[in-house]
Amino acid sequence: MLLSALYNYWVVILLMMTGLYMVIAQGNLIKKVIGLNIFQTSVFIFYISVGKVAGGSAPILSQLTTVYSNPLPHVLILTAIVVGIATTALALALILRIRQAYGSVEEQDILAGDGQC
Amino acid sequence: MLTHLPILQVILPLVAAPSCMILQRSRLSWLFTVLVSLAAFVVSALLLQQVMAEGVIRYSLGGWDAPWGIEYRIDALNAWVLFIVTAVSTAVIAAARTSIEAELGASRQTVFYTLYLLCFAGLLGIVATGDVFNVFVFLEISSLSTYALIAMGRDRRALWSAFQYLVLGTIGATFILIGIGFLYMMTGTLNMLDLAERLPAVESSTAVLAAFAFILVGICLKLALFPLHLWLPNAYSNAPSIVTAFLAATATKVALYLLVRFTVTVFGIDFSLSALPLQSLFILLGLAGVFVGSAVAIYQSNIKRMLAYSSVAQIGYMIIGIGISTVVGLQATLLHLFNHALMKAALFLALAGVAYRIGGCSLEQIRGLGRSMPWTMGAIAIGGASLVGMPLTAGFISKWYLIAASIDSGFWPLALLIVAGSLLSAVYVWRLVEAGYLREPQSGQLAAEPGEAPLGLLIPTWILVLANLYFGVETSLPVSVTEMAATYLLGGAP
Repeated sequence: MLLSALYNYWVVILLMMTGLYMVIAQGNLIKKVIGLNIFQTSVFIFYISVGKVAGGSAPILSQLTTVYSNPLPHVLILTAIVVGIATTALALALILRIRQAYGSVEEQDILAGDGQC
Repeated sequence: MLTHLPILQVILPLVAAPSCMILQRSRLSWLFTVLVSLAAFVVSALLLQQVMAEGVIRYSLGGWDAPWGIEYRIDALNAWVLFIVTAVSTAVIAAARTSIEAELGASRQTVFYTLYLLCFAGLLGIVATGDVFNVFVFLEISSLSTYALIAMGRDRRALWSAFQYLVLGTIGATFILIGIGFLYMMTGTLNMLDLAERLPAVESSTAVLAAFAFILVGICLKLALFPLHLWLPNAYSNAPSIVTAFLAATATKVALYLLVRFTVTVFGIDFSLSALPLQSLFILLGLAGVFVGSAVAIYQSNIKRMLAYSSVAQIGYMIIGIGISTVVGLQATLLHLFNHALMKAALFLALAGVAYRIGGCSLEQIRGLGRSMPWTMGAIAIGGASLVGMPLTAGFISKWYLIAASIDSGFWPLALLIVAGSLLSAVYVWRLVEAGYLREPQSGQLAAEPGEAPLGLLIPTWILVLANLYFGVETSLPVSVTEMAATYLLGGAP
């Protein structure tokens, strides 16, 4: 009962932990960014789930329905998605420059290149 | 015009940023940025004056009243932090031209000033807004531009530091976003005041507790509170000198403001202290930050890195003030916020001068600098004295209040530990002074002695240094504002 009723929240937790684990455990910078994306996406799903109202229809004013789902979290998360895209773009641009400067996108090689290993 | 000051504070740099991109000439864009920063400073001074005279200012964006619209709400705390950020930014950017020309090259300067203005707008937005989701948006505006600014450093390590900061910063910001989601889920509002009113009814719920934990960790990541400080030394030491001066003096201060705003206003100090053992947590982490930061700073040979670790230690002091959680403790934190911004900006600007003339700033390289660059080295020495907390400098005042606060609340050992921490900072400051004044210049250095730093850099540096001395003696402005802010925050009369 609990599992099925809160199904999307369990998905959120699963995705969040997967993403966070990838960011921490992966040495490849591209994989880190993918992990970061999964992590952020889980938060998007969380917000969208919060906006759901049982039996509510799409939030477009009409004579036929009285119960609407909450549009505000969707609007908020639209902003967060834009932020996520900007972050990913910046991260990829940085990785490109790192690749040019160090000749590698592996964390180990970069640390070794700077003599910090 | 006067009624629109709160929005003017944020919208001015925000609109100026893309406009700056149109100005193709780098000198012109520098001048433009200085003027915008100066205008923002005037606005913040007017706001501060208005708040001190008339109390809280409320401003509804677009005429939509809260909770429907976004509300900007300026009380003594916001006005104070806005004042600090704009004042330091104006001094730093006025000094920026020569240093940026030398470190960035001709082609990237306009982009630099655009990013700078964006970051500035983001920081001001975080402080001015009274809406928690707005906080997240402005936080990301300032963070994204900060990552790009750091990546502009000369060394390739700047890229790697920027990437590390990007990953940690994004995790921190997303944590805050999750926390805000929980808060909205439980209360149905995003307005800070509404949240403060509705939270007590649901405060026993686990969701609120989870929100608190997520927001706390997220902010502490941004704040570089020990042990979440790992991104800070790399980012500060590899960024362009001007960026370091700006970030050290403003970004962590704004994060600290957020911490105070969330723990004291939104969640309420009673909830914050009872939900987690926050008092002992803050005091212990703060002390750990003070000692670890100072001890590591002593062993650094790169001065920028040394001062970056010292920032970790100074953040520790501010956190201790919040941990004590009395009016005087909070006041000490807010005072140190101001004083630390002054001293770190002065120190990092002086270092920008050193880097400009000598091309680096390791302890080896500044040997004998007291003779060849007396003004710059003097600024470092006085800034350092303020960092240690010597009497007659600004740093002394905030340490004094912090010690008074800990004795007032009966934390005797804490007062002693704070003094011990100051002694540690005296050690690394002494290493600077010793290298600058008592050591002979490195043999085999360039035949020509490096001259004094350019005047454009030296004058703003010395304005900040003199401010350090002035506010070490004449304390009525910071003390009265912070007292008002602290009593208002903890529920006294405004």
